[in-house]
Amino acid sequence: MIVDKNTVDYVAKLARLEFSDEEKEKFVEDFNKILEFVEKLNEVNTDDVEISISAYPMYNALREDEVKTSLDVEKVLLNAPDKENNFFRVPKVVD
Amino acid sequence: MEFEAVIGLEIHAELSTKSKIFCSCTTEFGGEVNTHCCPVCLGLPGALPVLNKAVVDYAIKAGLALNCKINKETYMARKNYFYPDAPKNYQITQHETPLCSDGFVEIETEEGLKRIGIQRIHIEEDAGKAIHEGEHSLIDFNRSGVPLIEIVTKPDMRSPKEARLFFEKLRSILLYAGVSDCKMQEGSLRCDVNVSVRPKGSNEFGVKTEIKNMNSFKALEKALEYEIKRQINAIKNGEKIIQETRRWDESKGQTIAMRSKEEAHDYRYFPEPDMVYLKVDDEWIERIKATMPELPDEKKRRYINDYGLPEYDANIITSSKELAEFFEDAVLNGANPKTVSNWIMGEVLRTLNDKDMEITDVKFTSRQLVKLIELVEKGTISNTIAKKVFAEMFETGKDPEKIVEEKGLVQITDENAIREIVNKVLDENPQSVADFKNGKTKAVGFIIGQVMKASKGKANPQIVNKLVEEELKKR
Repeated sequence: MIVDKNTVDYVAKLARLEFSDEEKEKFVEDFNKILEFVEKLNEVNTDDVEISISAYPMYNALREDEVKTSLDVEKVLLNAPDKENNFFRVPKVVD
Repeated sequence: MEFEAVIGLEIHAELSTKSKIFCSCTTEFGGEVNTHCCPVCLGLPGALPVLNKAVVDYAIKAGLALNCKINKETYMARKNYFYPDAPKNYQITQHETPLCSDGFVEIETEEGLKRIGIQRIHIEEDAGKAIHEGEHSLIDFNRSGVPLIEIVTKPDMRSPKEARLFFEKLRSILLYAGVSDCKMQEGSLRCDVNVSVRPKGSNEFGVKTEIKNMNSFKALEKALEYEIKRQINAIKNGEKIIQETRRWDESKGQTIAMRSKEEAHDYRYFPEPDMVYLKVDDEWIERIKATMPELPDEKKRRYINDYGLPEYDANIITSSKELAEFFEDAVLNGANPKTVSNWIMGEVLRTLNDKDMEITDVKFTSRQLVKLIELVEKGTISNTIAKKVFAEMFETGKDPEKIVEEKGLVQITDENAIREIVNKVLDENPQSVADFKNGKTKAVGFIIGQVMKASKGKANPQIVNKLVEEELKKR
């Protein structure tokens, strides 16, 4: 896969990030280098290897269905950039 | 050209767990704003989600109830998108590996039994709730992290009616299995639908639209009727159907295109690195199987085979878990199943319908209905009076014996008393007597009616019939 400026624009848009043209040029360069490096993995035959989601052979980290005390609403809202009647308040978003 | 619709549903059901899917906050509905929250469901950096075992139990149960295969090794995935009600900017869900797949539900259509395929059921977290107000959106994260199953059907439905029947049946199965309370008004059961049309007999799919925001069975059926008509008209006018998401506007009775996204969704799914594999073994599945109650289809067969109920009645009574429980309670209290069924199919459902109530709202008990049935069987009251007593019992929840006693409704079986009324009626209606003498047998019916009226419905109808005939002949 070759990354061009369009790819960078698309990924930036998905991530809601804005960059200058200069930065984008740099990203094109960096992304291609990274992909080239990762391409090396394709040299390994993985036909019989199952997909791995974790480096540790772990499964079923589960908890019992028990209710514990939640945070006080004051604490919940500590990081809120804006609030109203204990709601988080954000610019209007309707899809 | 004749068209047919191709319909598939995506249903979200909130599971009946006490705590959320990845943290110990309560799932209770209706709490004060932002009071059921913690670092995990607020998506604070460094918080680690840990899967609730009961979520897996309930999802397996739903899968078994919907005849699915349970997939033994699955993992969670990240679905990335930006929306203020999703605090992490991704949703933890399942993508390549749903917990359950390849099931089916049978529905009773006019053309007979039809099987609707279930493609998959996966577990995921719910988002918070956004209220839009003026220039702002207000966010409450109490619902964030409430466990959901998403049930995706195959595109097997061909009419709005079938979609409704399927959705009703699915809800009933989920309620029987006890995996969700399925309260549509509280959003614990939600339905999106995909629909396209094509020339009848074609094997290809047309371009589909997705409809959201239908919060009742009726809305689902109406939205589909509207959308199918809209698509057919568009095609007939040579227009192209655009793949888009539309919203059902209940007040306008229309589906309306939602602001179309500038680019197609690109959720960039990848395995959730904060979680480990989920492995389910046979023992676990068997343990859940053992807790499975009798489901509506089995119950229906038992009512037909063991109780001799007509299929139609069995279908209606088992369509609601509570109604079936009411019926079985009455049978356990010693009443004849067919008599109970007749009462339920008649007075009970009719009154519930009239008053727009559910069986769970009624004031009287199944034991009281049995007492009422016994009063009729013993001959204490007639069927006609029983209906009056029922109406009173429905209103007040009073014991039927008490109502009969208070209102003096005991059936009159004393022949002398009835004969007296009959003669009084005959005296007052010489014309009817004359009509009878002239061969107009219809007059008998009128006289019987007058006698019943004079006795305020309390006279035993068989005795009235007999005595009217006797006394008429004497005249």
